Amino acid sequence: MAVNWFPLWLSLRVAALATMISVALGLWAAYALANRRFRGKDVLDTLIGLPLVLPAPVLGYYLLVVLSQSGAWFGVPLVFTWQAAVVASTLHAIPLFVKSARAAFEAGDRRYERAARTLGASDWRVFWRVTLPLARRAITAATLVAFARGLGDFGATLMIAGNIPGKTQTASIAIYDAIERGNTLVARILVLVLSAVTISLVYAADRLEEHSVSE
Amino acid sequence: MMEVRVAKRIASRLDSAAFSLDVEFQAPPGITALFGPTIAGKTLTLDVIAGFARPDAGRILLDDRILFDAASRVDLPPRLRNCGYVLRRDALFPNMTVRQNLIFAAQQQPGLERHRRVNEMIERFHLTDVAARRPQEMSRGQKQSCAIARALSSSPRVLLLDEPASGLDAAWRSELYRMLREIRADFEIPVLLVSQDLEECCQLGDEMLILQEGRILQSGRPRQILEQPAGVDVARLLGISNLFQAEITALDPGRNTSRVRFGDKELTGPYFPGHLRGDRVWLCVRAEDLRVVRHDGARPEANQLAASLLRVSEKSRSVRLEFSNDISVELSRQEFERVKDNKEWLVEFPAGALRVVS
Repeated sequence: MAVNWFPLWLSLRVAALATMISVALGLWAAYALANRRFRGKDVLDTLIGLPLVLPAPVLGYYLLVVLSQSGAWFGVPLVFTWQAAVVASTLHAIPLFVKSARAAFEAGDRRYERAARTLGASDWRVFWRVTLPLARRAITAATLVAFARGLGDFGATLMIAGNIPGKTQTASIAIYDAIERGNTLVARILVLVLSAVTISLVYAADRLEEHSVSE
Repeated sequence: MMEVRVAKRIASRLDSAAFSLDVEFQAPPGITALFGPTIAGKTLTLDVIAGFARPDAGRILLDDRILFDAASRVDLPPRLRNCGYVLRRDALFPNMTVRQNLIFAAQQQPGLERHRRVNEMIERFHLTDVAARRPQEMSRGQKQSCAIARALSSSPRVLLLDEPASGLDAAWRSELYRMLREIRADFEIPVLLVSQDLEECCQLGDEMLILQEGRILQSGRPRQILEQPAGVDVARLLGISNLFQAEITALDPGRNTSRVRFGDKELTGPYFPGHLRGDRVWLCVRAEDLRVVRHDGARPEANQLAASLLRVSEKSRSVRLEFSNDISVELSRQEFERVKDNKEWLVEFPAGALRVVS
């Protein structure tokens, strides 16, 4: 029988978008957590890490409550759309990204940043020209891991995006769906593909980290 | 001209004891050497000036600008302080070539001026061959030249150098000294040179500050400090090994003489202005200024002490003899050859070599 590849494409698309959002938001959070002292730092730290430990239905419930209001806020209802899957994926990708990126910023040698500042560079310039380029391998690795995580979210996605084939059914949900229906072949193919992609990503990320250490 | 008066206390932490810095000095254009042992507060002083450590009290002036003033709560961030700071470990950006490093530093200037300045630095410090290289591909000495060139590219009003010669071989060291002399001549800015190498401080320093445990023990021209250390601590830091507790028993300004007693011996020295008869002082004599003669059994002449030789250590250019009573003598190799068969020794203290410090 023909395998429906839509769930896989949807997952890739969702993961890609979730990763972009995670990097865009996570870079600042990671930099701030690594370098700054500010009020509510502990709270921010805890909040970012929360999605990793909260039971999926609990997170899903919160998201459901928040997103169901989105119609009122943005004029677009988000619940049970593929965009909702992006939100769920992002929440799971951000903590992983921030954790690794923060570690990379903290491990980086401060002397380069110090030198840059004595040379009259603004914080912004120091970040883009010195801090980020020096941490680029570790940041790339963190991005890959975030992508891998975003690819496979299940619980929260199921609760807020639902299981609408051809619309919100991501790969993880398709696997669950296929097994429920006794469609083991489809389940196996998707499992193999997802495993292969995830393993390659994590492997690549580990190699990058290794290099960044030896550099 | 730079004026620094700062105090800072650092509470003890897991890996370090409590430390307090309390220094006041002026650095005119030219090289001011900060000399002192490992934990003297030399680097902390530079960090405070550059804005990486915040003093509890005091004021830092650079030309007509206030960099820091505790009373009026002025505390400029490092990027506005115009301090060219060459950190102890080289901090050239590894993701940029040498030229890019210099351009990064010169970004304050408008485009045309920036390139003119970078090119000037590259030529002045003979970096043309390495301009396109990255720091990882250069030797330690080349990196140090680049680091100094980069600091100067930002047109600083003071140059801070933290042990710039550490880890350099002799050839690069003399190249560095040549560079620093050139900078002293061509840039009219104060240069603060932190060093643990007395030779380096004396060679390069127009002024020298002796630091210990966060305090300035003495400041002045290096020659002057070597001639007359302000106290026994300074004498120790200067490596003067013959330090004896002594008492002045006679002073004669008319004949420019004095008598100093230490242990059961009395020596004749020059007149010591500012001291009184009966003063308890430290007698200090450089090991190089002492002489040794053979003891042939006759009564020792004035200023000669009988001593027994305990140890001989060979140095690169001299030989050091350690005698009883904590007396050390440093002889040139030739001199040592002449006396090495001595059995009994007399150590002669030339009157002019005696100094007293309190």
